[in-house]
Amino acid sequence: MQLVLEKRAERSNTIALVSPLIAIGLTIVTMTILFAILGKNPLLALHAYFIAPLTDGYSLQEIAVKATPLVMIAIGLSLCYLANAWNIGAEGQFLIGAVAGSWIAVKTQGTDAGAWVLPAMLVLAAAAGALYALIPAICKVKFGASEILTSLMLVYVADLFLDYLVRGPWRDPHGFNFPTTAEFDPVATVPLLIEGGRLHLGSIIALLVVAAAAILLGRTIKGFEIRVVGAAPRAARFGGFNANQLIILTFAVSGALAGLAGIIEVAGPVGHLQPGISPGYGFTAIIVAFLGRLNPLGILIAGLFLALTFIGGEQAQIAMKIPLDVTKVFQGILLFYVLACDSLILYRFKLVFPSRQVTRGAG
Amino acid sequence: MQAHQRMLDSTPNGQHSGDSPLLRTIGLTKRYGDFLANDSIDIDIWPREIHALLGENGAGKSTLVKSIYGLIQPSAGEIRWQGQRIVLSGPSEARSRGIGMVFQHFSLFDNLTVAENVALGLDGKESFKDMSARLEQVSKTYGLPLDPKREVWQLSVGERQRIEIVRALMQDPKFLILDEPTAVLTPQEADQLFIVLERLKAEGRAILYISHKLEEVKRLCDTATILRGGRKVETCNPRLETAASLARMMVGGEIKEVKAVSGRKTTVPRLVVNDLSLAPSEAHGVRLEHISFELKGGEILGIAGVAGNGQEELFAALSGERLAKDPGTVVIEGIAAGHLSITQRRKLGAAFVPEERLGHGTAPRMRLSENALLTGHAASGMVHHGFIDTAATLKTVDRATETFDVRKAKRDPEAASLSGGNLQKFIVGREILRNPAVLVVSQPTWGVDAGAAAVIRQALLDLASAGAAVLVTSQDLDELAEIADSIAVMFHGRLSAPLATSEATREKLGLLMGGSSLEPKEAAHAIGA
Repeated sequence: MQLVLEKRAERSNTIALVSPLIAIGLTIVTMTILFAILGKNPLLALHAYFIAPLTDGYSLQEIAVKATPLVMIAIGLSLCYLANAWNIGAEGQFLIGAVAGSWIAVKTQGTDAGAWVLPAMLVLAAAAGALYALIPAICKVKFGASEILTSLMLVYVADLFLDYLVRGPWRDPHGFNFPTTAEFDPVATVPLLIEGGRLHLGSIIALLVVAAAAILLGRTIKGFEIRVVGAAPRAARFGGFNANQLIILTFAVSGALAGLAGIIEVAGPVGHLQPGISPGYGFTAIIVAFLGRLNPLGILIAGLFLALTFIGGEQAQIAMKIPLDVTKVFQGILLFYVLACDSLILYRFKLVFPSRQVTRGAG
Repeated sequence: MQAHQRMLDSTPNGQHSGDSPLLRTIGLTKRYGDFLANDSIDIDIWPREIHALLGENGAGKSTLVKSIYGLIQPSAGEIRWQGQRIVLSGPSEARSRGIGMVFQHFSLFDNLTVAENVALGLDGKESFKDMSARLEQVSKTYGLPLDPKREVWQLSVGERQRIEIVRALMQDPKFLILDEPTAVLTPQEADQLFIVLERLKAEGRAILYISHKLEEVKRLCDTATILRGGRKVETCNPRLETAASLARMMVGGEIKEVKAVSGRKTTVPRLVVNDLSLAPSEAHGVRLEHISFELKGGEILGIAGVAGNGQEELFAALSGERLAKDPGTVVIEGIAAGHLSITQRRKLGAAFVPEERLGHGTAPRMRLSENALLTGHAASGMVHHGFIDTAATLKTVDRATETFDVRKAKRDPEAASLSGGNLQKFIVGREILRNPAVLVVSQPTWGVDAGAAAVIRQALLDLASAGAAVLVTSQDLDELAEIADSIAVMFHGRLSAPLATSEATREKLGLLMGGSSLEPKEAAHAIGA
């Protein structure tokens, strides 16, 4: 008996929907084994990860808050990936957006600047994120530099630049030398949706971004261009679509969304600029984008799921002393299985029985 | 040569006088999922025989020879080699047993020399120097001249094929499989190849010759096995058959003759190319040099030539996938378009059908409606204010399906799920339904079944008779003779002056395809008269 991978005549839409679920299932099996090796009760650990956060209102809000940047960044990344442009540097664009937006917040601190402050911060953050993303895009188009490497390297530049600002010029003079800016003024803060809660306006913006992306990809010629350029570059050129223009466009949009997510995080849940504002949102969003099948609605669901792992990871650390790094291991294993299961969309397993097989002759 | 001598001694004289065939397949079956690519095929191949394997695309010819050459494992049935049942672990085992193969698509490294390429393809352990000497020896013996030190990119397609043949012969095969060897040759080069094949036959070797050129098979082959839909239809002596009777067996029915409708010619040229020269976009590409022609409405101009002589580059320059510096080099409907993008050229009324169906003409994993949008977005009312009119794209699919008899499993499947012929009908239909003023089409019926080919050729004739200018690039001279009003030949990036189809004999075209000029002969002829 032989197990062979056989190509399907047409891609299976059923598997396209089921494949992320298979991947999640396999990840949970692997994690169960890992928990057992760590000497923790796997059932309790899984409960802490996946069930406990869903049982109280505070955690549910926190999941939405964590999902907000993940979804916004992943939507932008999905546009890049669909167009075969590999933006790996969303983390850097997120940080640069946070820095640029914070600049207005820091400069208007304590003045009587009005309601224009927050909108201006959002716009500037998006613009800065887009510009920062254009560096690898232009290097790619003009010089053929690998955007994977350049976008990734710029993450560390952004990280250190932020670090310099909060330790140097922007440090809160009354902050006991902690590397942080002062708390932002109310006009420079993203408003909460529920008084005393955690949910903020950013989540609404994220939902709007999801809707806009769904319309762009499903209904417009621009969305079609993005999909063709990625799926069949030569056919796209034959269709009259310019791949280089789309690399620039998708990088800019994706950088803008990451930058926006950055300032919303800083001006929302965090409330000031400091190092470590992101637990790796820009990288986790890559997993979100693929787990969501590069589909806007799928990304929304995947974003909520990965947010759950962040919250669950924190709870598991508190309750069971499972290291927070296990969450990252979890996310890595998940991406691995998602990509592996994707081959089932175009291929299927088949058992070949030896009765039909020619037996090996003497010659 | 000693090896060759041994072969001669061991082979009995006279046809089929040996007591067993050299190679025999019994009930050979290959199954891909639910699809039977080969269904219980019996074939006998004798020493000293040129055996044709005939069939349309998808009939199962390639699958059969891949099984025989050890590239794939059959699902059922057996192969007997010199009377013994064998199971081949792979091509190298096939080669070591004496089975050689020359593929239609060459596997050569452009930047390596002839000798280096041959060395890479041999399994033996002899030194490079010995191997080079043997290479020269074999190529001389068989009249296949090759310079071992030249790099492959400098060679013509015919010369590249020689490398593949010599490489196969250096293993001293008892049985050689050739997959459509003349598809890339000029008529004269094909004649030379036939001499080599006759000689191999006389040495006692067997040859399996895959082709769909029936006249060629009648001329060369002793036996023909015809496959259709994965099954063997018949084994016969092709010399006792007519081309029409062979075609009937291949297709399983009569083939519709295409009919030209007398067209109304416009006097104004619709496509003009003025002294178009273009540097190649990639290494070893072909430079287009001083190409000029004029095409009026109602006219079909055929461009013949061996593949790789600049046809692809010309298509890219005409379509706007590559832009010319001087706008005046390409004029569409009286407007200088050399600098315009493919979308702008489409808006001027031009339409294009590239050679490669999957990946160039269509996005394989996208639906037909999306592929209708691919070329229709600019000028077919499929897009309003940036939004796609899905109903309009589906309507194009339905119209193409109806008009050109595109067979598919559902209304709007992925392009890759269609058979070659049906996808080509869709692509040609998609462009023709836009009522183009100018249609540039490359290899319109390459790898397409005879039924679909007839539909496509008829569509091109009808389009021309409706007043469009049609430019057809094809390697199939019979096809050009059937539909074109005049034929020009591309060689090394230059285009010959067009000949009226009635005057374009195979000999003349063959000379042009080989790079000779017709002029001295004509001049001599004039003096003689």
